[in-house]
Amino acid sequence: MQLITAIVKPFKLDDVKDALKAAGIQGITVSEVRGFGRQGGHTETYRGAEYKIDFVPKVRLEIVVDNSEVDRVVEAIKAAATTGKIGDGKIWVTNVDRIIRIRTGEEGSDAI
Amino acid sequence: MKLITAIVKPFKLDDVKDALKAVGVQGITVSEVRGFGRQGGHSETYRGAEYKIDFVPKVRLELVVEDSGVDAAIAAIKASANTGKIGDGKIWVSTVERLVRIRTGEEGPDAI
Amino acid sequence: MDSGNMAWVLISAALVLFMIPGLAFFYGGMDRSRNVLNMLMMNFYCVLIIPILWVVIGYSLAQTPFDNSFIGGFDSFFLKDITAAGDGMSLATIAFLGMFAAITPALISGAVADRMKFSAWAIFVPIWFLLVYVPIFKWVYGGWLGQRGSIDFAGGTAIHVNAGIAALAAVMVLGKRRTAPSPPHSMPLVMIGTGILWFGWFGFNAGSALAANGQAAQAFMNTFLAGAAGGLVWILIEWLRDGHPTNLGAASGIVAGLVAITPGAGYVSGPAPILIGLIAGAICCYAVRLKNKFGYDDALDVVGVHFVGGLVGSLLIGFFANPTFFEGSFDEGIFYGGGAGLLIEQAIANGAAIVWSFVLTYGIMVVLKKTIGVRVSPETESTGLDLAEHGETAYHGAQ
Repeated sequence: MQLITAIVKPFKLDDVKDALKAAGIQGITVSEVRGFGRQGGHTETYRGAEYKIDFVPKVRLEIVVDNSEVDRVVEAIKAAATTGKIGDGKIWVTNVDRIIRIRTGEEGSDAI
Repeated sequence: MKLITAIVKPFKLDDVKDALKAVGVQGITVSEVRGFGRQGGHSETYRGAEYKIDFVPKVRLELVVEDSGVDAAIAAIKASANTGKIGDGKIWVSTVERLVRIRTGEEGPDAI
Repeated sequence: MDSGNMAWVLISAALVLFMIPGLAFFYGGMDRSRNVLNMLMMNFYCVLIIPILWVVIGYSLAQTPFDNSFIGGFDSFFLKDITAAGDGMSLATIAFLGMFAAITPALISGAVADRMKFSAWAIFVPIWFLLVYVPIFKWVYGGWLGQRGSIDFAGGTAIHVNAGIAALAAVMVLGKRRTAPSPPHSMPLVMIGTGILWFGWFGFNAGSALAANGQAAQAFMNTFLAGAAGGLVWILIEWLRDGHPTNLGAASGIVAGLVAITPGAGYVSGPAPILIGLIAGAICCYAVRLKNKFGYDDALDVVGVHFVGGLVGSLLIGFFANPTFFEGSFDEGIFYGGGAGLLIEQAIANGAAIVWSFVLTYGIMVVLKKTIGVRVSPETESTGLDLAEHGETAYHGAQ
């Protein structure tokens, strides 16, 4: 099993969610995060004083999938989250040793 | 060392924290997240228009433990977060290559 | 003049001013978090530009000379005819009416939310004020519509029907939002805004007596009761129809009741304010769904609440007007011994305001669309107007 983590633009969340739903994904965890990357932040000027807002609002998605599903899910996120502009985000995949569904205690692929 | 990530129902957070403390876990990182899963969301009706709220509020816990502590921590989370209802959440475990305590520079199990 | 009257009119003017932040919060809370500052600014901008325009030329064109039935002249240009403070009543009245002038275009902002370029709004507001608000105000108050016998105590026709139908014309030119409508980003903000609006509305309605007298007291009572009745009926309908009484329903019903009582606030009494609030609340509760049926994107329901509520309230005066109670010189409504005469005049007055406001607003928007453009870019619409149009964000780190 693999954990897919994706950082995407907030206004793309609904598109990504719909794409993942269409790909048969049953569970996603989403959190609001801030990113510091090539996109850079912006400057806000209040009463003549400039404030550099380095961090850009982003959304983080986490999905645990079977190894065989990884490529399909990554493709779905890529297609849905892309705008072609800098700051579209990143996707990374890490290995999961063990997964448990809390309610039933099921483990492994059954728990996904 | 292992990273245990658990997604649980927000109102269960205190119970889970107490259960983890009781098995000797010293540090937990908690964040407010939203989940999209089998539990499904709900709809809200404003001025007669229905809005589907797909995401359900959840809490994410992250804790790094020694390999020998994984089973106890998982058992504690499972027992304390379980309501028997759909949406109780998931626990997954992944391998941590390196761990550093920022203050002292200690590494490995000493840094847990 | 009597110092008690003067004090009441001045306080009422300040109460009406306070309705602008109230309206801004009411709309801002309903809007998305990335566009809330744009919504606040659209409202506050009205109170920056309109008071100045009102004193420079608006008041003059709206009210002088008093024997002209269609548009005033330049007698009061820069208030040049007010050469002494005197007893202050002229100044107090002009200030009071200036607040009404400022809040009327602000009402339209709720319809154009999430997509109108701020530069276009900045030009729209003063042009709309001069070409639409000022003539209709003149027609209703002392002009041909008033002379025919229609009545509008605090601005049902001149303000709510006018701004409500203008909102429809504006969104027809502007087009639909590209992003899906979203639920309110901050219901607490909506409720604070509603409270401020209701509080200010006592000045709006009871202050329109321009005196601290019995008519003001009844208008005060009417403002109290119609808001309550509107909110009550709205949550009851929601409860039965949708399963829950919502805060937004209560807020919407209160505002619908207040809009509806505005034209008759100084002309109706007894059970009338409760009935007007109930009728308008119930009708508006269904009218806000018309946009889905007809496909116009009135984002925050300016048409469904202000146009429909104002029209219903104005027509109901034809039934409930009670001149005996106020020792007034207006016609009786149907329920108080009058014929259909007043109702017909109310219909004519609203019809005239609707046609003028719709046609002119549509025209102004078309001209703006063909010159500077009225819409923000698709990218700005996705990422938020606050940062793109104002260089500010309401909630750092979130969107």
